[in-house]
Amino acid sequence: MPSPSAARARRMPWLLSAPALAVFVSLLLTPLVLTGVLSLYAFDGQRGILDTYTLANYIEVFTDTYYLEIFVRTAGMAAVVTLLCVIIGVPETLILSRMRGRWRGIFLLIILAPLLISVVVRTLGWSILLGTNGLVNQIMMFLGITDEPVRMMFTLTGVIVALVHVMVPFMVLSVWATIQKLDPQVEQAGLSLGAPPRTTFFRVILPQLLPGILSGSIIVFALTASAFATPALIGGRRLKVAATAAYDEFLSTLNWPLGATIALVLLVANIIVIVGCNRWVERRFRSVFEG
Amino acid sequence: MQRNGPLALIFHTLFITFILAPLVIIIVVSFTDKGYISMPTDGLSLRWYKAILDARELMSAFWFSLKLGLVASCTAMVLAIPAALAVTRYRFRGREAMIAFFMSPLMIPQVVLGAAFLRFFNIAGLSGSFFWLMTTHVILIVPYAMRMVIAAATGMNREIENAGLSLGASPWTVFYRITLPLLMAGIVGGWMLSFIQSFDELTMTIFVATPGTMTLPVAMYNHIAHTIDPLVTSVSAVLIFGTMLLTLLIERVVGLEKVLIGRG
Amino acid sequence: MSFLSIKGLGKRFGSFVAVDKLDLDVERGEFISLLGPSGCGKTTTLQMVAGFIEPTHGTISVAGKDITSLRAEKRGMGVVFQSYALFPHMTVEQNIAFGLEMRGMSGQAMRIRIGETLSLVRLDGLSHRYPRELSGGQRQRVAIARALAIRPEVLLLDEPMSNLDAKLREEMHIEMRAIQRHLNITTVLVTHDQVEAMTMSDRIAVMHAGRIAQLDTPYNAYEHPASNFASTFLGKTNKFVAQALPPVDESSGRVKVGAHTLETAPYRLQGEVHAYIRPEKIHVQGAGGAGLAGRIQTKLFLGSVWMLEVETELGMIRVNAPNREPVTLNEGDPVTLSWNSRDVQVLPTEEVAHA
Repeated sequence: MPSPSAARARRMPWLLSAPALAVFVSLLLTPLVLTGVLSLYAFDGQRGILDTYTLANYIEVFTDTYYLEIFVRTAGMAAVVTLLCVIIGVPETLILSRMRGRWRGIFLLIILAPLLISVVVRTLGWSILLGTNGLVNQIMMFLGITDEPVRMMFTLTGVIVALVHVMVPFMVLSVWATIQKLDPQVEQAGLSLGAPPRTTFFRVILPQLLPGILSGSIIVFALTASAFATPALIGGRRLKVAATAAYDEFLSTLNWPLGATIALVLLVANIIVIVGCNRWVERRFRSVFEG
Repeated sequence: MQRNGPLALIFHTLFITFILAPLVIIIVVSFTDKGYISMPTDGLSLRWYKAILDARELMSAFWFSLKLGLVASCTAMVLAIPAALAVTRYRFRGREAMIAFFMSPLMIPQVVLGAAFLRFFNIAGLSGSFFWLMTTHVILIVPYAMRMVIAAATGMNREIENAGLSLGASPWTVFYRITLPLLMAGIVGGWMLSFIQSFDELTMTIFVATPGTMTLPVAMYNHIAHTIDPLVTSVSAVLIFGTMLLTLLIERVVGLEKVLIGRG
Repeated sequence: MSFLSIKGLGKRFGSFVAVDKLDLDVERGEFISLLGPSGCGKTTTLQMVAGFIEPTHGTISVAGKDITSLRAEKRGMGVVFQSYALFPHMTVEQNIAFGLEMRGMSGQAMRIRIGETLSLVRLDGLSHRYPRELSGGQRQRVAIARALAIRPEVLLLDEPMSNLDAKLREEMHIEMRAIQRHLNITTVLVTHDQVEAMTMSDRIAVMHAGRIAQLDTPYNAYEHPASNFASTFLGKTNKFVAQALPPVDESSGRVKVGAHTLETAPYRLQGEVHAYIRPEKIHVQGAGGAGLAGRIQTKLFLGSVWMLEVETELGMIRVNAPNREPVTLNEGDPVTLSWNSRDVQVLPTEEVAHA
């Protein structure tokens, strides 16, 4: 029979989360819905936002080569950055895991601390480094790699380098979290069964790290595809990605409906990538790991 | 566990150099005595640090960001703590959905959030208000705050609360005397992380900031977008230094891993 | 009238029945154990008595007062948790003081009570330490002290010794029992350790699948188990599938096991039955004597007993020979097994539903 305390227990969680729920529903859901609606409005260069509904914005975004080029560039950039983060991030995490306690803690701190520094500051540093007279060019000329300064600012290459710097800590975090869950005795079992260290690594350890590498890749890909500050500052006005294109529409062209459309496409793509890939990783690896 | 060979250590050194390079170059350049971005080859100078004090816009943006961060993180904590308790202490239908809902700002591109808030403020006439800007930050940082408190709450031995009840304490007393003190490390860590996220926030804020509500990252971005001068480097150097201190503090109190992974 | 009275107590989680119509009457000052394997519902029962879980049906009364719907913090029961659940942010003294503070005690009276309780569990001098600075055994004593300080009418112990090492556990059994006797507190212990239950209890409630299979003194529960479950859970036993035979007279029984006819303790059953004999009741001697012939398969020395596994026509029989003198027979030797027919118990094959 339901008693007062059972009924109270059922109300409690809702009571406790009510303030946060109220804030989120009114200030997160509502704006997002409004933006969705906004993307369906028409826009006229002279008169601004018109009070009619149309799918023109979506058609434009999906058919105009200008925007398609931007999306392809964004996706390609995200893919390259993700790949590079895997290539340099995973080995570094492994190296970290083999260090002794104190050094390990220090270097982990050094690698993760930049996450707490504003992206503006980090990107500023790269603007300085990648300039024509910047340190990178100076070192390359000193080493004889090139005779003349290579132009890196306002190129996709420069953006990619800077983005790798911004994103690699996320990869390290993800792989690190997975390494923490590894049972060291599994590696010892492999060795005891006669597998030389290299084989043990590729056949025993690396497969266990895959879920962490994959979920790190998902995070890096999604964040890179949505990146704004770094492509804006290093890529410049002419190298547009999805986020900077949306920004342009909102604050320059003032074509808010089109901006909203780009933003929503970015949002949906993000969700598909994150949720879809996470589901896939979970299903693929569920039988291997629990929880 | 094998040790790292020389090849691994070389790779590691290059990696760390890569990580530190942009930060170091900023600090180095900030000591230049020239009026443009250059290395301080002719001697160190504090010229650009002194210039900070005269940079009225940047200074007021700094104080504004500080105030914004403090208010936003405190508010986020007040919302996050009961919600985290609701989600860790009770089994109820919709629990998973609620967690996902509160974590959703992490999955939504900040550009999208910025655009959404811009549109919302525009329709409701809320632009230029400190309060409403603060609420956008609150929404952005609640996931970080909640993740920390959730981790602390799940790590706590539940029987301890039952022990308090068995000894005669009312549920409120149990919360106040037992649960809250034990959650304190997670709460403080979550608060600090929220503050940092708010203080550093750029992409979303750039849509909704106005000249009257200018945060430091947005002010710096606007500055850099037009010209790069050593002033931003000295400001950045100060920020780097401040963040280092805060990082060490977080590491001492909670442990940086726990803060960033959400589960140490 | 019993002091702690549980009637028809039941708890269901969805479709899973954790506790199924439990009846239990505990006298004032009595020490009762709920003994059973994990999943038998003993901890759930304890949590319902403590008030942490709400029963699906049934009532709980203390000293005649129905407390079933009383909130946990108002029940005034002392609870010792399996993980001890000490407040990590408080010293030993503050931990113990907490319950007293909730009762409005303060100052001198509180300090005296704390001091008394610490002496009772022999922890004097440690009042300013924090739990993390104590050993496992010390933490356990603090947990006990904290529960006893409030002078509860009922003491509930949820497997409090399971985290101690064997030697310490044995010592705590005896000490705990002495404390309980001294204070004469009505106590309910939940455990899966039968030695623990038998050492400390006045009566044992053997639990299985949410019900009490047998409620009896340790001796009776062990020597005269009323069900298959009780006989196999408490101690070790040899079990034979047998056919009931009409008895020769009133003072004994007979069964047929395979080709053999065994004399047993008297029983009143028909058809297929189970016959049990405990390993320590069997006497082993060299070949050729009167009794069941067999051959030693395994011989292990366990300290206080020699454990033998003997292959016979009735199957593999386990024998425990007390270590009063060395057993000169070895693996592979032929032997003769004999026992007192009174020690062969016969029980029906179906589970007995209740005590």
